[in-house]
Amino acid sequence: MNFNSRRSKALKKWDDLKVRKGIIIYVGAASCGRAAGCDAVTAVINKYLTENNLKADIIEVGCIGLCCFEPMIYIQKDGNPPICYANLNPKIIPALFEDVLQKGDVRKDLALGVIDKKGYGSIPSIYERPMLKPQVRIVLRNCGIIDPTDIDHYLARNGYLGINKALQMKPEEVIKEVKKSGIRGRGGAGFPTGMKWEFCRNAKSEPKYLVCNADEGDPGAFMNRSLLEGDPHAVLEGMLIAAYAIGAPHGYIYIREEYPLAIERLKKAILQMQEYNILGEKILDSDFSFDIEIKKGAGAFVCGEETALLASLMGKRGMPMPRPPFPATSGVWGKPTVINNVETLGTIATIIREGWKWYSGYGSETAKGTKTFSLVGKIKRTGLIEVPLGTKIRDIVYEIGGGVLNDKKFKAVQTGGPSGGCIPASKMDLGVDYETLTSAGAIMGSGGLIVMDEETCMVDIAHYFLTFTQEESCGKCTPCRIGTRRMLEILEKIKSGKGEERDIELLEYLASTVKNASLCGLGQTAPNPVITTLRYFIDEYEEHIKNKRCPALVCKDLITFNIDAEKCIGCGICKKNCPAEAISGETKKAHVIDLNKCIKCGICYQICPVEGKAVYKTSGGSS
Amino acid sequence: MKSEIKKIIKLFKDKKGALISILQEVQKKYGYLSSEAISALAEELKISENEIYGVATFYTQFKFTKPGNHQVKVCLGTACHVRGGHGIMETVERQLNIKHGETTKDSQFSLERVACMGCCALAPVMVVDNDIFGKITSTKVKNILNDYNRNGGKKQ
Ligand SMILES: Cc1cc2nc3c(=O)[nH]c(=O)nc-3n(C[C@H](O)[C@H](O)[C@H](O)COP(=O)(O)O)c2cc1C
Ligand code: FES
Repeated sequence: MNFNSRRSKALKKWDDLKVRKGIIIYVGAASCGRAAGCDAVTAVINKYLTENNLKADIIEVGCIGLCCFEPMIYIQKDGNPPICYANLNPKIIPALFEDVLQKGDVRKDLALGVIDKKGYGSIPSIYERPMLKPQVRIVLRNCGIIDPTDIDHYLARNGYLGINKALQMKPEEVIKEVKKSGIRGRGGAGFPTGMKWEFCRNAKSEPKYLVCNADEGDPGAFMNRSLLEGDPHAVLEGMLIAAYAIGAPHGYIYIREEYPLAIERLKKAILQMQEYNILGEKILDSDFSFDIEIKKGAGAFVCGEETALLASLMGKRGMPMPRPPFPATSGVWGKPTVINNVETLGTIATIIREGWKWYSGYGSETAKGTKTFSLVGKIKRTGLIEVPLGTKIRDIVYEIGGGVLNDKKFKAVQTGGPSGGCIPASKMDLGVDYETLTSAGAIMGSGGLIVMDEETCMVDIAHYFLTFTQEESCGKCTPCRIGTRRMLEILEKIKSGKGEERDIELLEYLASTVKNASLCGLGQTAPNPVITTLRYFIDEYEEHIKNKRCPALVCKDLITFNIDAEKCIGCGICKKNCPAEAISGETKKAHVIDLNKCIKCGICYQICPVEGKAVYKTSGGSS
Repeated sequence: MKSEIKKIIKLFKDKKGALISILQEVQKKYGYLSSEAISALAEELKISENEIYGVATFYTQFKFTKPGNHQVKVCLGTACHVRGGHGIMETVERQLNIKHGETTKDSQFSLERVACMGCCALAPVMVVDNDIFGKITSTKVKNILNDYNRNGGKKQ
């Protein structure tokens, strides 16, 4: 069967699905859905259907990005558009199904929206929700919409039209198109993708290799995972186009082992491609042949760095190498290699299909197109979002994210993972793109956006990141190996109230040494969290050092837990749950914490049921 | 064991640079890389044991002692950190009476920390074997661990 008949068949299958009589239930079953408990929900659904003699198709889809609303399902009845129900739990299911399926009540109270551009009846389109409305979904267009294990779904949504078109162009033309689109690497450094391909194409050595970097090591970032789980073919199609453009017969996907579901999805997708003659020899009856091998990482953050990744890919210790030579001239087995991030590759097919002009219509002056971000931390609506580059931080936090959790005060947003920095609330009107974030001392990075509020201590955050980089430092170069260690020790001192005034100067000095003298990107960027917190939150450091006080009430050595006798209702819950048996008091009478026994675990603070909490924290004599 | 290891090596026969993949398969089969497994590998692959250890010790995934029946991982990634992941870790440590990196005396549980499971939107996150749990609280920790303990391995 040729491509066109496969595509027509897929289109028909998709259309039939959308108008089918009967019941179809789509379950958000990406890793986040599973973590939220979608399996338990599905189990109850199946039980309900069996008990009521109902037939339904259950289709597992990826993550639409509204992670805070998981577990969620969409119910499609008799060809009407699917309606999304969110924050479900097994208990609610029987009543919901009874109403929706048997009584014809759409349960507006539980419905999040219609999975369609238009609303249906009294329920508005899900794309009208504040979380989705400001977004532009190009990379994520299929996530949560299609069955990622069915290549026909991808085909029906214009999948593989990009490679089909590319194969009718010269490789040089493909590169030109990508160059003109203005897309830059989404893995962190933001290098122009078309240019990278050109270097590799022009390199005089064969064979060439293409590597998809799916190591996604930044803690707090999951864009690549979601894309691979929700729409693996988009990334694979991008790989085909890139390989054709640079002239590579072999490709690798280097993926972290913490992502078992994404690996499973990729494996399945590769088999389907082979079956459809979209991978292997003479792809789509052209002269282009390409194969893909999946390589699993083994838990080392530095292996996301391209030269370390190459070493690991070849079965060695994942030690970075000085560049040049750049991988484009000497990469896998010393051959010219392009290494691109998952999201970069996931965008390529759309660029080729729709043309560079269309794509570069989005974004800012220096950064074209859209970028996905994982919006997490102290924010009301957490999830995976995609916005045009240049979108203001304020719009992301307040419009899409709905503002800070529990209406606390917004303090900062951290971007770029351990290589990034903290941007203070006062700079909220900055747009997210490569240059702007760099000038603010942070970096764009791969797309983690972690929101921090007044209860986040910036010294603690700097300490947190340094702990991470210090552990992940591979040890090859001295500035990174020893410098990060010394910086961490100083931060520990400050956190525990033993800081001295000269420590700040020392930190600044060490930060600039490590930044300038380290071998690879890990060390060169490791001081960034310290540098930005010193730059924007020096007062917090000074409070710790001079007044031995943690203003955010986080650093354990500097805080105490107390119970407000006025507010305490004597319910005894804290006493029962205190692991140190530090709380005493009679039922219905005010309780007290024995500070000598208290281990400051914070459990009493968390579980105190009194409104406004009877347990409170103090530091340095004031609360 | 030798014949099993031969079988695994065969899977990667024509693949260059497959050492890490081979070690992953061996660990999947035996739960860890025992010294017997490593000597068998060295013999079959015709490389020194040192070379294998050199590679394996670089990566946190590889274990050289037998892990517990259930592997508990608490996420200390950034999103989990700002939402109280450390408190969860301390609770698990207290509950199991071990520190991270250790295994309980009865070999039921081993405990590790990880830096991000990719479920940051549901922070704090913890993982037991292949099950991910989101929005964990100290109270939930106890129930989850008890479930695994009671059912001798199966989650309810
Ligand atoms: C310490 C360190 C970690 C990195 N981790 C990743 C990663 O997890 N994923 C990624 O795509 N790029 C990562 N990079 C960037 C890669 O080195 C490389 O620039 C990128 O994969 C190139 O792809 P792109 O041009 O499509 O962005 C990392 C860089 C450094 C210095
Ligand atoms: S930070 Fe914990 S899952 Fe990502």
